[in-house]
Amino acid sequence: MELFLYTALFAPFVGSMFAAFFGASPKTLIAGIVPSIMLGVSLISSTVLLVFVLSTGQHVQVEMMTWMHTGNLYIPFGFNVDQITVTMMMVVTIVSTVVHVYAIGYMSHDKAFNRFFAWLSAFVFSMMILVMSDNFAGLFIGWEGVGVCSWALIGFWYHKESATWAANEAFIMNRIADLGMLIGIFLIYWNTGTLQYAESFEAMKHLDTDILTSIGIFLFIGAMGKSAQFPLHTWLADAMEGPTPVSALIHAATMVTAGVYLVVRSNELYALIPNVGLFIASLGAFVAIFAATMALVNRDIKRVIAYSTLSQLGYMFAAAGLGAYWVALFHLMAHAFFKALLFLGGGNVMHAMNDELDPFKMGGLGKTMKGTMILMTLASVALAGLFPLAGFFSKDMILEAAFVEHHYIIYTVLLLTAGLTAFYSFRIIALIFHGEDRHTALGFHPHEAYPFMIKAMLPLAVLAAIAGFARPYYFDMVTAILPDTEYHIHSAATYWIMTIGTQLFVITAIYFAYKKYMSSDIKVPDGTSDMENSFKYKLLINQYYIPHFYEEFLVKPYRSLSRVFWKEIDMKIVDATVDGIANIIYSTGENTRGMQSGNLSTMLKWMVTGLVILLSLAVAFGMAAKYTNLGV
Amino acid sequence: MMEIGLSHYLVLSTILFAIGLVGVMRRKNLLLLFFSTEILLNSVNIAFAAISHYYGDLTGQMFAFFVIAIAASEVAVGLGLLIVWHKRHNNIDLDTMSSMKG
Repeated sequence: MELFLYTALFAPFVGSMFAAFFGASPKTLIAGIVPSIMLGVSLISSTVLLVFVLSTGQHVQVEMMTWMHTGNLYIPFGFNVDQITVTMMMVVTIVSTVVHVYAIGYMSHDKAFNRFFAWLSAFVFSMMILVMSDNFAGLFIGWEGVGVCSWALIGFWYHKESATWAANEAFIMNRIADLGMLIGIFLIYWNTGTLQYAESFEAMKHLDTDILTSIGIFLFIGAMGKSAQFPLHTWLADAMEGPTPVSALIHAATMVTAGVYLVVRSNELYALIPNVGLFIASLGAFVAIFAATMALVNRDIKRVIAYSTLSQLGYMFAAAGLGAYWVALFHLMAHAFFKALLFLGGGNVMHAMNDELDPFKMGGLGKTMKGTMILMTLASVALAGLFPLAGFFSKDMILEAAFVEHHYIIYTVLLLTAGLTAFYSFRIIALIFHGEDRHTALGFHPHEAYPFMIKAMLPLAVLAAIAGFARPYYFDMVTAILPDTEYHIHSAATYWIMTIGTQLFVITAIYFAYKKYMSSDIKVPDGTSDMENSFKYKLLINQYYIPHFYEEFLVKPYRSLSRVFWKEIDMKIVDATVDGIANIIYSTGENTRGMQSGNLSTMLKWMVTGLVILLSLAVAFGMAAKYTNLGV
Repeated sequence: MMEIGLSHYLVLSTILFAIGLVGVMRRKNLLLLFFSTEILLNSVNIAFAAISHYYGDLTGQMFAFFVIAIAASEVAVGLGLLIVWHKRHNNIDLDTMSSMKG
């Protein structure tokens, strides 16, 4: 099994290196095909590992080599494939294989085609390290690796000012959170003396609650950055500047779920500190509704999907915080499939519309883009959580968990969010594919994507449709290492009322979305309607003014502070000191080089001068020593 | 009748040293430079001998002999070089000796 583990881990790396060889040359088709094949190899190896773990219930544990061994510190490059890891590996490899194949078509006209695949595969490699490592140090390497790759891919079109800005925003915001994570890791090492998951979680059982609480909080700060939870959420919507396959893979399916993975992985820690868990759940529920409201009005399809991702991450954290770790992981998996599908569909629409993202300028695209329409509708139904698609099973479980745990506020918030989710998902579906044709008048001539791109999306569609039915098997598998709490509502009547009620609520929301946005009097908004001038709309379209707030109260003061440090302290003190020393030496040389005339007579005179000076110094010091009694 | 003591010798030595020093600085003729150097060395020899006598310790006088020996060899080498220089350039003016200038 070790062979399969190494293959699954290093195949993406090989693909990345291969594409990187062609990095500077113009589009080479093979630089896209080889990484995709390597991803396929990784997918097959992961499947073998899944079957192994599923059938035997054992873990695959390897220690590749020692990384650090000094004193009591021992950190190996160790990998461990258990039930949680294998779930993540499957999600990562399935989605990334699909996205790689899709991107061959999507990026086919881009002149940096090869560079794209080098980075994309490097991302998958980092993500595999993140999920497969058996210690916090390895997790941190992967954590930073995905951060770097995310930065490079958001800023992939670096000639665009907005793209580089968004890339830096994402990177810097993650860096802030990573500091918290690093402190958490230090605390773990300090208190338990090891970074191996198994040993440190074992040691945590004997630790003081205060220490555990701070470890839990610091680790969660790291998770908040990576999973874009409030207040570090603004980077995710801006990250949509990157190419759409990147948004699908990194900013929907895999990297942003790393925070959830961290919480699930540290379940033994969070089980000891239920207060922090409650905080995580509350924050998750808040983010769920907070992001969903922003998605209601946005006029950029990718941003709407990004907010929806944010909202679904909130669901996952709500579940994880309530101790329903397996539910969180299950929703993570289901979400990865349908959200990646939704993003890739969005990519098709973007291509068809020459990168136009405003759904109000589309309308009636369903006639020309049937395949994309069906896939995106399917993904939206799954996202909305309608029976029998994946979202129904996973999202319903989260609602039930909240209900059974008697957190009714969280339950209500999440239920409301489910309605909002259905509404905004079908708002963009209705605006893009149905209703009046508004794009022809604007000079767009949409066309369907390459057939192989549609075919590449099919596996995701199938999984989004049927993944929900795997829940019982999934439960049996992961509960070998996760708490096996089943969330059953005691009274059957309540259960059916809740389930059917939720379904009806969601269907009503979808109906309203269609009714409102399919009507023929939808026009491209021009900022004159009452709705657009209302306070609510302005609040939501400006993302609750949080980016403004950050700009005004954090970025600008920081910039002026940096300016002061640069102009006043760096230039006037540090630079001036260094330059001053150099200038003294330089001018001394300049002024005294006249001595070196080569004339013996002059040099003798200088020699005598030197002698006189040294002699007088000797006399002066001799006197001084004598009269201060130092010499006595 | 005044007794001639150590200080007289030292004053003489100092005066000679000053004369030698001025000579070293002012003279442009290489030959006269050697004379000045000899004056310097011998002023020191006087001081050595006088102090040696004053303390009744022969080390100083012995040292003076060393100085004489070294002065002699220095002059021998120096005069040899001087003759070679004079043969080549037909003068021994210090100001013309600047071929080492960087």
